Amino acid sequence: MDQITPKTTKEFKIVGTRPLRPDGIDKVTGKAMYGADLYAPNMLYGCLLRINEPHAFIESIDTSNAEQLSGVKSIVTFKDFIKINPDNKNNQILENCIANEKVLYDGHAVAAVAAVDLSTAKKALKLVKIKYKKLPFVITIEDAMKIGAPVVAIGKKNENIPDGYSDNVIQYCSFGHGNLEEGFKAAHKVIKRTFKTPSVHQGYIEPHACLASMSNDGKADLWCCTQGHFNVRSICSSIFKMDNSQLKVTASEIGGGFGGKTTVFIEPIALALSQKSGHPVKMVMSREDVFKATGPTVSSLVDVEVGMKKTGKITAARAIIRYEGGAFPNETYELGAQSAFAAYDLDAVKTEAFNVLTNRPTQAAYRAPGAPQSIYAVESVIDELCQFFNQDPLYVRILNAAKKGTKSSYGPTFDDIGLKATLEAAKNHPHYTSPLKENQGRGISCGFWFNFGGNTCVSLNINFDGTVGVVEGNPDIGGSRSSISQMAAEELGISLDKVKTVIADTNSLGHNDVTDGSRVTFSVGLATIKAAKAAKKELCKRASKLWGIDEDAVIWKDGYAHPAGANAGNQEPLSLEDIAKVSSQTGGPIAGHYEVNADGAGVSFGVHLVDIETDMETGHSKIIRYTVFQDAGKAIHPSYVEGQMQGGSVQGIGWALNEEYIYSSDGKLQNPGFLDYRIPVASDLPMIDPVILEIPNPGHPYGVRGVGETSIVPPLAAINNAVSRATGIRFTELPLSPPRVLKAILNKQ
Amino acid sequence: MIFAKPNSEQEVVSLLKETQGITRILGGGTDVLVQMKSGVTDPDLIVDIKNIPGIREIKKVNGGYEIGAAVSGSEFNNYPGLKEFTPGIAEAFDLIGSSQIQGRCTLAGNICNASPAADTTPALSVSKCRVKIVGPNGLREDLVSNIPIGPGKNSLKKGEFIKSIIIPKRPLYSSDSYIRFTPRSEMDIAVVSAACFITLNQEKLIKELNISLGAVAPLVVNIKGINELVMNKNLNDNLISQISLICSSSCDPIDDKRGTIEFRSHVAGVLAKRSIILAHSRAGEKIEKIAR
Amino acid sequence: MKKLHVNVSVNNNDLEFLCNPEDTLLDVLRNDLNLTGTKEGCSTGDCGACSVILDKKLVCSCLVLAAEVDGSDIDTIEGMAEENKLHVLQEKFLEHAALQCGICTPGILIAAKSLLEKNQNPTEKEVRYWLAGNLCRCTGYDKIIRAVLDAAREMRKDYGPNYS
Repeated sequence: MDQITPKTTKEFKIVGTRPLRPDGIDKVTGKAMYGADLYAPNMLYGCLLRINEPHAFIESIDTSNAEQLSGVKSIVTFKDFIKINPDNKNNQILENCIANEKVLYDGHAVAAVAAVDLSTAKKALKLVKIKYKKLPFVITIEDAMKIGAPVVAIGKKNENIPDGYSDNVIQYCSFGHGNLEEGFKAAHKVIKRTFKTPSVHQGYIEPHACLASMSNDGKADLWCCTQGHFNVRSICSSIFKMDNSQLKVTASEIGGGFGGKTTVFIEPIALALSQKSGHPVKMVMSREDVFKATGPTVSSLVDVEVGMKKTGKITAARAIIRYEGGAFPNETYELGAQSAFAAYDLDAVKTEAFNVLTNRPTQAAYRAPGAPQSIYAVESVIDELCQFFNQDPLYVRILNAAKKGTKSSYGPTFDDIGLKATLEAAKNHPHYTSPLKENQGRGISCGFWFNFGGNTCVSLNINFDGTVGVVEGNPDIGGSRSSISQMAAEELGISLDKVKTVIADTNSLGHNDVTDGSRVTFSVGLATIKAAKAAKKELCKRASKLWGIDEDAVIWKDGYAHPAGANAGNQEPLSLEDIAKVSSQTGGPIAGHYEVNADGAGVSFGVHLVDIETDMETGHSKIIRYTVFQDAGKAIHPSYVEGQMQGGSVQGIGWALNEEYIYSSDGKLQNPGFLDYRIPVASDLPMIDPVILEIPNPGHPYGVRGVGETSIVPPLAAINNAVSRATGIRFTELPLSPPRVLKAILNKQ
Repeated sequence: MIFAKPNSEQEVVSLLKETQGITRILGGGTDVLVQMKSGVTDPDLIVDIKNIPGIREIKKVNGGYEIGAAVSGSEFNNYPGLKEFTPGIAEAFDLIGSSQIQGRCTLAGNICNASPAADTTPALSVSKCRVKIVGPNGLREDLVSNIPIGPGKNSLKKGEFIKSIIIPKRPLYSSDSYIRFTPRSEMDIAVVSAACFITLNQEKLIKELNISLGAVAPLVVNIKGINELVMNKNLNDNLISQISLICSSSCDPIDDKRGTIEFRSHVAGVLAKRSIILAHSRAGEKIEKIAR
Repeated sequence: MKKLHVNVSVNNNDLEFLCNPEDTLLDVLRNDLNLTGTKEGCSTGDCGACSVILDKKLVCSCLVLAAEVDGSDIDTIEGMAEENKLHVLQEKFLEHAALQCGICTPGILIAAKSLLEKNQNPTEKEVRYWLAGNLCRCTGYDKIIRAVLDAAREMRKDYGPNYS
């Protein structure tokens, strides 16, 4: 667990240490309350009826028999939402939760029941009569794009779509600069390949769960596991046409999300069931429902073409990306196109991307959404070119690496970035030169993620006893309460145990964007530091009152108010506690507040090194050694930064080796469970060795960059390159499951 | 649904016989509960057999072992001497599920569930293990390999249940092995599996060789004609390759979410080879150990 | 439907409850006994989040019928710390940052405790295989494995070489 930090960075006392997380004891003793852990008096259980057809027209829904069943208190279909609010006709998020006119994917919900207990609710579902007509369907990108393909949704196609595609191709974008033709001409070798990646699921262990209570006067409380309760409020209040202030959403502890809990699936349903019945309604998804009806990531079909000189210099690069995100427009095709070549300083580059509809569950974000698929394709071709020229793959990446001043492939010019330092750290690491055995291969890949900022709002309250409460609005998904507390304590100059950070409900703080885009430590951290600065200003003012001197004559240093120089006097410095204790006499409680739409989230790069051993008789690949290098800007709590690097890597390993949505020829999902949707288990893996680099982000007072997402990007290509080198066969489709790898081995023999 | 936990074999038989509709035995429950949750089965009666005297016991009988129907994987593998006696069955039993499942899963359940991918059925088959069945007509015995008759179907009649599994006495220089292929190191269902039972004489010549393959056909494939090929021979690479080819061509697998026909057939041969080598070396070690 | 009456000892407390024949032990722990520290991740025995110890054996409580456990002893995460003193495993999980979201943590702690009661000096491989039935999607397992190995070391120190 190395850490590489340039000597010039700011000195810290608390930031950069590894304190115990403040919510830890609750989480190791079973006290912490997750989505399904809340029960309310007089509560009902709600559940959804799902249709196991990929595409069907709903002719009628007859709920009369179900309504007769004793214990059933309310039944809801899409029509109820139209009654609530006619605007719901065009609400895609709602239509994903509960089907409108058509069933759009295997497992799409069509009706919901709330009853006194779960077994009654399930019995009632069986009594709901649905008449539907099966429709032709499309599952793969290739099929969906063809002229004449069954159309998932009519009228979604944008005007800029080139000719020759079906109406399932709805959006198109392109990025790039330079002269591609000349670039490819200057190359000694051009390699062009087509790559495929499957849909994979975020696989959080906690299924979606919520408890909703809506009263007749339209006021509502909602408890749910989400990455962003303010977003849940926005979505639900628009569905119910209610004022934001009337819907209080409280985020439970969250059992993993990785992007998959950035939208809603059951929350509006539970609210509607509650509204109709007058009872609180609890809903908990089954694991099968989670796989069938919540967001997997997009699947992809990507062409990559790269030209290289024999020196290793890249002369031109191009990618055509097609992302399928299920029955509604996916939000990641553009991000995939933008990130494809972000790691390279290129004179000629172009990426184009298509957004494609299919009869599959609607995609949701998954850690660096869109980037792993396109970068996998790019990094695989670069590696093949390195092999062709017998060039060191790290040398070639260093030679072509994006740096400060590089015009990125997606437009903006990079400020300080840590890619080169990260590549060099990998090159100098003992892993890179350690010997390999027979049937083993070493793969490397770069990874990239933009990182987000966004709307953020923090209150910092100084209590009369000198302790500090930080109020923030982003669910703590992996230790952020600790890093936020650390930044508050650091800025105020007080000890960490004096600070407690809580996550407010939607009525207790201004809007905060979703916990996504690796934004929390950056944005909430930034707002916390600024709120602490505001509080310090007020503390100085109070000290000036106590001392009877000018406000300007007081400065804050190391947790104390000091007179600013000899002219101000030689009063004894006052601690935060000293000032807080008497604050009711100097103007009342002291607080700092900061709100911002944060900008300046520095991009983050990572490099992964992996050794694989492939069993040439079965096609099975085993991870032998894995090292992750990543620029964190500044690691506030290094253990949790490492955790992000390790966790993302292992999700990427699963994606590369075994995870995939498998469809049968009748368009139904074959593996909606943890038995056959194979996420890595402990015995599949070695230790994942993290190396943190700290190249400060100029956009954050402490230099923080987001670290949550970059780590899932490189494993796909790193493993693909390692298996390709171990077997001597170039692979272009994930996962590298044993049947796929063995087939290639047998074909070669 | 009715839940019953009787204290005698006879009560179990009566309950099974007298209840209309679907009846299921609860030993470890690791299959039946999953099937109930997913709606695959909706039993009218569940009979928990764990209160029956002796049902959770392991006994040494006639130089072999009798394993009670409710003995779990971890109880089996922690029983002194059993792993040494039959490393193959122990391996197969141990490979079912996680540590949590090991606390519950049973041989009888694995056999009766009749999954083509069951781990213990091939391992029990190569050792010619039998089951003791109690039913309305009293006690009867049958070979394990006669119990599954199709995916999810077994040959037990109305009112019958398995009370124990007999692992018979084996010749001095015998051993067995079980190897399966799964994409992950744990938690998966076998994509292909191979079990081998081998008996050598003191000169290491083969006196008996049984191979069974799992997950490559609706039922376990007991490979025929191997004994004629290997009788009184030394194991060598040529012989292994021949057997491996026979195994590959004896498969009748399907393409599904876990593997392809091509993959299963090829890997069946690979695993057969590896299981023979392993069982052979174990039997060979016995010769050396006894010679010392 | 007639409910069944069941007596159990949960975390050394004698309790009784009424259940439906098809209720699982997990259903009863969470919905009737108010012990929500045991989590439901899949209800098919594939994730281990619902791990409890039933008569000294590690099991998935989602694969146990509540009606079966009459007369049994059950240990859940709520009984792991004694009074206010955390179990060594709990301390080590915090120290090593072996949890991120924490939803798998109760099940993993229970499973690890049952391992260390059987094997006071497990190898990394033994820990990894023992915990293979406990899925964690956040950590990549690295820090979990380190925490368990460190706890084992600490417990051997505390209890002496004859601890088992």
